[in-house]
Amino acid sequence: MLPAEALGGEVGALVQFTSEHAAITALGVATSLRREDAPGGPAGHRGAMIEITSLTKRYGETVAVDDLSFIVRPGIVTGFLGPNGAGKSTTMRMILGLDNPSRGRATVNGRPLVEHAAPLTELGALLEARAIHPQRSARNHLRALAATTGIPDRRVDEVLGIVGLDEVADRAAGAFSLGMGQRLGIASALLGDPETVMLDEPVNGLDPEGILWIRKLLKELAAEGRTVFVSSHLMSEMALTAEHFIIIGRGRLIADVSAAELAAMGPEPQVLVRTPYGDRLRQALASDGARVTGDGEYPDVLYVSGMESDVIGRRSAEAGVELHELAPLQESLEGIFMGLTQEAVQYHSHGAHPSTTTRQAA
Amino acid sequence: MDTITASHISDTADAGPPVMRQRLGRAVTEWSVTKAEWIKLRSVRVNVVGVLAAAAALVLLGVLFSALAPKDMGPGGTATNSVSFAFGGISLSQLIIGVLAALFVGSEYASGLIRTTFGAVARRTRVLRAKAIAFGCATWLAMTLGAFGAFFAGSAVYSGNLPSYSIGDPGVLRAVLSAGFYGACVALIGMAVGFLVRSAAAAIGLLLGLLMLAPLLAELVPGTAGDTLIKILPSNAGEAMMSVTSPDNLLPPWPGFAVLVAWVVGLLAAAAVTLGRRDA
Repeated sequence: MLPAEALGGEVGALVQFTSEHAAITALGVATSLRREDAPGGPAGHRGAMIEITSLTKRYGETVAVDDLSFIVRPGIVTGFLGPNGAGKSTTMRMILGLDNPSRGRATVNGRPLVEHAAPLTELGALLEARAIHPQRSARNHLRALAATTGIPDRRVDEVLGIVGLDEVADRAAGAFSLGMGQRLGIASALLGDPETVMLDEPVNGLDPEGILWIRKLLKELAAEGRTVFVSSHLMSEMALTAEHFIIIGRGRLIADVSAAELAAMGPEPQVLVRTPYGDRLRQALASDGARVTGDGEYPDVLYVSGMESDVIGRRSAEAGVELHELAPLQESLEGIFMGLTQEAVQYHSHGAHPSTTTRQAA
Repeated sequence: MDTITASHISDTADAGPPVMRQRLGRAVTEWSVTKAEWIKLRSVRVNVVGVLAAAAALVLLGVLFSALAPKDMGPGGTATNSVSFAFGGISLSQLIIGVLAALFVGSEYASGLIRTTFGAVARRTRVLRAKAIAFGCATWLAMTLGAFGAFFAGSAVYSGNLPSYSIGDPGVLRAVLSAGFYGACVALIGMAVGFLVRSAAAAIGLLLGLLMLAPLLAELVPGTAGDTLIKILPSNAGEAMMSVTSPDNLLPPWPGFAVLVAWVVGLLAAAAVTLGRRDA
């Protein structure tokens, strides 16, 4: 029989060449080997991650999470996206062991969180902002949490410094703003210096400075090799921090893709051209196979697809067509996200179609 | 709905050096969770003030009732001896302790702190036990001291015409220790109800109903069923333990002790079972 270590390596290599489903199974094997290697041993092994397999949660007739499977990997920020009510928080609660799954399982660093001897050092989680007693100081709040796992008080002071609450640490937390509550929640997530961090809507309630701070923090945590899993209902926010996206709607997996793959899912890129001589431009471009469509509202605006903007510029110069505007359009990640989740949105607003409102000049 | 997945699995899957981390923390134990709950308890002023106030109320009201004890009482009447007067403050003390205990659990459900705690300790019944140990011990200690204070101070100023008991008389030490024990039992019942209903307001309502209202309602139940019902209510079981004379309308002291312990264990067990089954 092969030594477990070597077999684990083989399985790891396999992962890169197999389909997602097979990858999950293969990692399951690697995980069970690791568990036999070091039962109850401390974390610090390679490949700390969150692994969700066929996770399902029913509340009576309602299916909040429906057969969800994905893996959150270390070293990058993974955005967990979906419209409100998509099941993001329920999934995170099952990862934390707060809700019992109706079916399937969620593991953190190889096993369900509740089976770890010291959960705080495996997974740092922020589920609710301001989960604090209003009359207890931030420092005492963290000291109590630290005491559960024997984390020394100096680490409490350290995380208070990291989140910038050291000056108000001895004040009653009831006077904290929502943003300060979020920072305290993030401090408690970092308390055990965990390899895996999971934050539910961490940007909520933060001021612009706080938002910049958390983007930087998330990227730093990922750069240190940690697994960073962050939920949001705002693609515009996640697009700035996440390199990988897990998108769900109505409890089901819609997409599990990298940022580049998500961008490629948009419609064919177009170039906006504004010219008073539309007909002559159409003639000039027609021979090269470009498709030109007019704008219903503005007669001088044309959309060109199948041709790069520099080629369009050259062709129009050659034909002597005067241009007033030449702008490549790119579907924003937000527009693509809206398109993907549209059928899964539970609470439809009757606004404009997202793809017409979120197009922007690149 | 089709699922879109990456055509390849990211090559970061099993790559990269292990994270440089501090060696922090140890395995969660019952003791470490109890320490955490002790920090929670003493870091909110109302808890400290409240527990001390419950003990102080026992002493002060005991002194007041003893000093005002009527002189022309008939001999052998119920609740008229010096011990009964000395523990006259227990109804106020139990109220304070019960409300504090319900808040100690209920406020964590309200803020969401209970879920942070459950996530950190993994096994939820550990939190129930830790809270029971921390708050139970604090109230037990404070109320036992309060009971001794109430007995000695109350006996000293007792103005009734029945003989004043001394601590060495039969059943007196048992009655004094029972007053402290009863305080801890009320705290445990309050916390168990808090875990069962997961709301401070509902827990306080139920607790006051059980301790204050139920004895009044039980009076309306006719016959021996009513008499028995009155005797096995937690407040009356507690009073039976604290009584030196064992009047007919109460259980004897040790059966009273057994009934009270059954209430506490039963409610804590129910809370533990629901904690394990329900989503947090």
